[in-house]
Amino acid sequence: MNPEAKAFMIGVCREYGSDRTRLMDIVRRIQEQERHVSLEAMELIAEELGIESVEVRSLVSFYSFFSEKPQGKIVIRVCNDVVDLMQGGAEVSRAFEAALGILVGQTTADGKFTLEHTPCIGMCDQAPAILVNHVVCTRLSAAQVPRMVEILKRTGDPQALVTQYGGGNNEDERIRSMVQNSIRREGEVLLAPREAEAGLRQAVAMQPEDVVRSIKDAGLRGCGGAGFPTGMKWEFTRKAAGDRKFLICNADEGEPGTFKDRVLLTEKFDLLCEGMAVAGYAIGAQEGIIYLRGEYAYLQAFLESILARRRKEGLLGTEILGQKGFDFDIRIQMGGGAYICGEESALISSCEGLRGDPKTRPPFPAQKGYLGCPTSVNNVETLCTVACILERGADAYRALGTSQSAGTKLLSVSGDCEWPGIYEFPFGVSLHEILQECGATDAQAVLVGGPSGTFVDPAQFNRTICFSDLSTGGAVVVFGPHRNLLRIAGEYLDFFIEESCGYCTPCRAGTVLMKQRFEEVLAGRGNQSDLDYLVELGRTIKSTSRCGLGQTACNPVLTTIANFRPLYSALQKAPDDNHKASFDIYGALRDHEALAGRTSEIFPHTN
Amino acid sequence: MSKDKITFTIDGCEVTAQPGQTVMQAADAANIRIPQLCYLEGLTPHGSCRVCIVKANGRLDTSCTLPAVEGMVVENNTEEINEYRRDLVDMLFVEGNHICPSCEKSGDCELQGVAYELGITAPKYPYQFPRRETDASHPDIFLDLNRCILCARCVQTSRDLDGKTVFEFVGRGPDKKLAIRPGARLADTELDITDQVVGSCPVGTILKKRVGFAVPVGERTYDKEPHPEQPVSE
Amino acid sequence: MDKPKLATCSLAGCFGCHMSILDIDERILDLVDLVDFDKSPINDKKAFTDRCLVGLLEGGCSTEENVHVLESFRNSCDILISVGACAITGGIPAMRNNIPLTECLSEAYLDGPTVYNPGRVLPSDPEIPLCLNNVYPCHEVVKIDYFLPGCPPSADTIWEGLVALLSGKPLDLPYQLVKYD
Ligand SMILES: Cc1cc2nc3c(=O)[nH]c(=O)nc-3n(C[C@H](O)[C@H](O)[C@H](O)COP(=O)(O)O)c2cc1C
Ligand code: SF4
Ligand code: SF4
Ligand code: SF4
Ligand code: FES
Repeated sequence: MNPEAKAFMIGVCREYGSDRTRLMDIVRRIQEQERHVSLEAMELIAEELGIESVEVRSLVSFYSFFSEKPQGKIVIRVCNDVVDLMQGGAEVSRAFEAALGILVGQTTADGKFTLEHTPCIGMCDQAPAILVNHVVCTRLSAAQVPRMVEILKRTGDPQALVTQYGGGNNEDERIRSMVQNSIRREGEVLLAPREAEAGLRQAVAMQPEDVVRSIKDAGLRGCGGAGFPTGMKWEFTRKAAGDRKFLICNADEGEPGTFKDRVLLTEKFDLLCEGMAVAGYAIGAQEGIIYLRGEYAYLQAFLESILARRRKEGLLGTEILGQKGFDFDIRIQMGGGAYICGEESALISSCEGLRGDPKTRPPFPAQKGYLGCPTSVNNVETLCTVACILERGADAYRALGTSQSAGTKLLSVSGDCEWPGIYEFPFGVSLHEILQECGATDAQAVLVGGPSGTFVDPAQFNRTICFSDLSTGGAVVVFGPHRNLLRIAGEYLDFFIEESCGYCTPCRAGTVLMKQRFEEVLAGRGNQSDLDYLVELGRTIKSTSRCGLGQTACNPVLTTIANFRPLYSALQKAPDDNHKASFDIYGALRDHEALAGRTSEIFPHTN
Repeated sequence: MSKDKITFTIDGCEVTAQPGQTVMQAADAANIRIPQLCYLEGLTPHGSCRVCIVKANGRLDTSCTLPAVEGMVVENNTEEINEYRRDLVDMLFVEGNHICPSCEKSGDCELQGVAYELGITAPKYPYQFPRRETDASHPDIFLDLNRCILCARCVQTSRDLDGKTVFEFVGRGPDKKLAIRPGARLADTELDITDQVVGSCPVGTILKKRVGFAVPVGERTYDKEPHPEQPVSE
Repeated sequence: MDKPKLATCSLAGCFGCHMSILDIDERILDLVDLVDFDKSPINDKKAFTDRCLVGLLEGGCSTEENVHVLESFRNSCDILISVGACAITGGIPAMRNNIPLTECLSEAYLDGPTVYNPGRVLPSDPEIPLCLNNVYPCHEVVKIDYFLPGCPPSADTIWEGLVALLSGKPLDLPYQLVKYD
């Protein structure tokens, strides 16, 4: 290793106090500078941090944005989410392969380019999209690719690809992005006009306990997907023993088809900071962390500058709004490309400089979270809503939505519809209404809650978005009549397999078995007993997995079996008690037939 | 006020636990068997194999990580739960390359023992036959990842009891695997035959050399009866 | 009344399971009272002469011929029992499964340390059955009704299994008889 690189790495380690819990940040910086984290780098970091190099490798190998092999100066990550594939993502990948002369997963010989696939980058409303280092390019077509590669070769600067900005703060000089907000429906709460900092002012005029009570009274439930009552979570955190407490904002937004947090971060970041300060005040936390997914790195400088401005304005830091004893500050923790880190305890592991393994519960984060301290993890939308509730009062919020599900919900609508984008609806809105508003007239299916949610068939489009019916973190993906729904279910299953942390048996091993048999069924080598096998295996995985990822990973298959049975029936072989439909004798013979240059006499076939 | 004793039931039997004890610890103390694999007394419960799953007040959870709570109603030895356990054990078998007839651990293997106990006669799932590494470089210890069930007992024992961190996991999802210092062979690590980690592996992955097949068939740990004793770290 | 018929075969196995069948010692006389042997290496009967109640399968499927025989057993027997590790998991022969067939055949016929094959020909006479890409346990190819594990299963296991079946009792092996080696 050259002395400069070595000095740089040691410098990075020391910048973070050679603190093992900051390993994510250290590795990230070294990855960006050196384009990989070599074995030597691992040894060096380990020595500097007083740990073993295999521990560094453990982290590096977990996150898809870190790599042990050198990557190109420019890393092109083509989003291969289902929605992107529906809109030409595969053609875009192939066009890059052709233009660069490499395959996905490879680096050009001159070390300039690496081409990769990446799951949903939160741009489904403007698919197909790619990441070029930190720069997002959207609405691509294969035809544009040669010119893009040419620009990159000429300038070496991904930002040169951005010729038109996407509107709103995307035009801000600290973002300069072509990403669009696509806000289609401004509802009564989050996207409605409001008075800046009114929520925070209201909060500091109250006792922290009363702030918690307000949030409880408002009936706010977490918007990240799990729907846990926010006030209750705060109360646990507030009451937990310990002087040092943390508030973490979950901005990992990884559920395929979800992009509402990206829009809130772009357009409503002050509101989020306000909500975080309110939360910090309420639970007694002085330290806040925003866990920002690596894919949203293009927003980082902008967000940092707003944090700095708020510190100057006395809205962050010590004695916020002049209130003695109300100290609260926020740091941004960047993620490394791992969906599981959206799960709150895995997110905490990641913040601690560990692999993104979920933690054993109990203890819950509210009791023992980040660095063992009581921690409340809340979604971006949840925290934004908090500030709005304080501003208008719990009753006004509660008056919206349904009796069981108060308020409004941001929906990220994408897929086969006229108007993909962000919609703020009161809870209780039906799928019919959503489809009508987004301009989808002939949907074959709607995926509510992303792949961990439910594929809903047209007969059930009168169902509503709320906690007692279709509960969702916000993803609504529409599939038109021409889509192959089962292929799509299989692609989503692949996503979960790829993103499993691998900690527990059912999710690590069971999902692979699920995919294997599912493929047999799709290939027409399955009958009723194979569907039973899928349902039973799916039940075991769901029931025994350690965290929400495994518990929902089989939903694409299970909910299509439940709601789209005819699609499976059409593929099924006639029941045969004696022979296993999934056994493929011709496939099993293929290798030896090719080697021997003859076909089987026992099992003759023509091709 | 904190009580000094917790009373709850497992399959209808009353069990007492000390505050802070898990359901599994209380069951062990009461001689009630809960099948287990990744749990090893003296280590932080890992909760990864999921085999010790029980239904507590109607909710499935792993008994090795679940604190006992006053009045809790635990279902353990029921057909529903044992079926889940069989599925999980089966997954562990087919995920690796477990060819028992050729394995030195056979008869003393906890994975096998749990499978016998649950009455598994044939795998429900297709074997996956992954290609995995072996390392015979160490003079006294053999490492065969074909049989690793990723239970973390060695990771924790080496780190927390031996103070060495010879082992860690790398990769994620189905690609997760046990690893040692990057670029090194087992012989290049600090691993020593007297380390506690050598006895921590439930299966035939970390094996002492030159001691295999010493005990005749019929007299090995799991030949005659299930779980003759709870495994303890050597 | 005719005695029920029993057939046995060895697919990709080592005949160890058949040895274990013989290992039931004098109980074989009781067995002969209970059943007639149809197709089996034990009596060297090469083809089915009748429909059988029970077929005992040793070994998994490594070649097309194994599949063919297995299917004929499925078609000719009411009840099929996988006997032993190879029938149940593929067993020792399945240790080739994580190595591509081409590599296996090269090692065996071309590049192995003890191979003398100057012409570098892979045997490919049509008489020799083609290998499958993997060795498959029997139940992945056809429906199997019962499993008697072991490598080989002990004579007691086989005896218990057969007696239970022939007397119409459920097959419920005691702990000591469930063994994978
Ligand atoms: C696999 C998995 C991924 C998740 N991803 C996210 C995410 O990206 N953003 C989020 O806010 N919550 C996510 N969650 C939910 C979090 O665990 C947690 O419930 C949430 O952050 C709590 O905030 P809330 O109560 O405000 O919703 C995820 C959960 C699981 C199981
Ligand atoms: S369910 Fe999946 S993601 Fe969750 S702990 Fe288990 S392996 Fe990890
Ligand atoms: S480790 Fe256990 S289950 Fe695996 S092959 Fe060895 S004896 Fe069998
Ligand atoms: S080597 Fe053994 S102890 Fe270590 S993780 Fe694998 S199975 Fe567990
Ligand atoms: S023993 Fe409890 S999960 Fe493994």
